[in-house]
Amino acid sequence: MRRKISLKPITLLLFIVTFVTYSQEEHGHADSGSDKKSEVKAYIQHHLKDSYDFNLFSWTTDSGEEKHFGFSLPVILWDGGLKVFSSSKFHHGETVAEVDGNYYKNYHGKIYKTDAEGTINYDAEHHATNEKPLDFSITKNVTMIMMVFAIMFFMFSRMAKSYKKNNGMPKGMGRFLEPIVLYVRDEIAKPNIGEKYYKRYMSYLLTVFFFVWIVNLFGLTPIGMNVTNNIAVTLCLALITYIITTFSGNKNYWKHIFWMPGVPVPMKIILAPIELLGTIIKPFALMIRLYANITAGHVVLMSIIGMVFLFQNWLGSGLSFMLAFVLAILELLVAALQAYIFTVLSALYFGMAVEEHDHH
Amino acid sequence: MEKLFEDFSLGLFVWQAVLFIALILLLRKFAWKPILDSVNDREEGIKNALDSAEKAKLEMENLQADNQKLIKEARAEREAMLKEAREIKNKMIEDAKDEAKETANKLIAQAQESIETEKKAAISELKSQVANLSIDIAEKVVREELSNKDKQVKLVESMLGEATLN
Repeated sequence: MRRKISLKPITLLLFIVTFVTYSQEEHGHADSGSDKKSEVKAYIQHHLKDSYDFNLFSWTTDSGEEKHFGFSLPVILWDGGLKVFSSSKFHHGETVAEVDGNYYKNYHGKIYKTDAEGTINYDAEHHATNEKPLDFSITKNVTMIMMVFAIMFFMFSRMAKSYKKNNGMPKGMGRFLEPIVLYVRDEIAKPNIGEKYYKRYMSYLLTVFFFVWIVNLFGLTPIGMNVTNNIAVTLCLALITYIITTFSGNKNYWKHIFWMPGVPVPMKIILAPIELLGTIIKPFALMIRLYANITAGHVVLMSIIGMVFLFQNWLGSGLSFMLAFVLAILELLVAALQAYIFTVLSALYFGMAVEEHDHH
Repeated sequence: MEKLFEDFSLGLFVWQAVLFIALILLLRKFAWKPILDSVNDREEGIKNALDSAEKAKLEMENLQADNQKLIKEARAEREAMLKEAREIKNKMIEDAKDEAKETANKLIAQAQESIETEKKAAISELKSQVANLSIDIAEKVVREELSNKDKQVKLVESMLGEATLN
């Protein structure tokens, strides 16, 4: 009785019983290397993608049947009317879902409108050309965001209550969280924005710091889906930073963009578009930095975990495991670091927007 | 880049935007504001307590300095008083001596005067007694004379002898 263990449970088990999975792989038959490599690659790509069901792990039985362990999530589509149905109708992309006479197929993680047979039409570059309905499904990422929403709200509202009950002192979790809140206030907001205006931005800075941090940490757990490796999420965060910066920009801020003081007139004309572009590039860099760091971290970590199965011997796999372990710890640091960087840079941009230049 | 756009999911973006903004607003109301307010209050309380402690310390120092000053002043005053007292004592003694001397002199002078007066009075009384005596004697002598010449002489002689004895 042999089970071909797929990578997803491995990431789970890696944190619990590493050597059990080892020994199971040790007995693996002589799979061709390239086969395994492509499998690892496919899994990494799959892991980085959003999905319509919360799949904890899956395996293939002896008879070649795929088994999935997890739960389905609701799919919400807007296609000439609201269509809500369970993602179990897709059967993990294997079947066509029929809702109100329309047919939808989950093809490579995206929902396309198809005919009853689920035909996908391709263009010359093998891209699906089927119509895509507007998709507001509660995907795995959205579920994670909701979970983090609930956790944060629970944690911090409890912390706030403990102050009232305990005569201005935090209790329980608050004892741990308060220094971090104070760190954000004293080391991030105050120095970058200034004593005068920092209070306005505290809500956003604290929320974004804890949100990114917690989401990143969840991404490192085997059950978690990493939310911040979706460009849509980081775009949303960066966009909020951009909007807040733009709306809190004072006269000086705009003057420095459109008519830079202290330089000759031709330079002013050249600088204006550059500065204007700069205001967009800054949040754009925020978006890419967070996205790329988390995605890259996951690709590297998972590749090295994948190497454990490619080596198929104690020495190579052992070393890969050690490396993966060290990298996982590094990723813990990166999770906090990226949250910190995002918050600091946001604070810095807000600071630029409200700065008062008396010396000009 | 193309892959980035392909991966972009509008649904996720909308969900993230809605949930995240809701989270900011909810946490602002239920968490950040009360937390930061309590922390601020606490920090202000600590600051005030430290300030007042500092103030109390300063006050204590001032008080101590005042005390020192008072003690010093008191000591100086005592010294001054003692000095004055000594001076007064000396002066009093001096004055007393002077007065005593003066009084003594006066008394001596008075005594001398009264002695002089007494002496004069005694002398004058003596004189008057001598005169009376002389008159008596003269009277007796005259009477004797009148009766017996010898006896008169004898009387005069004895009288005179008495008088010289006196």
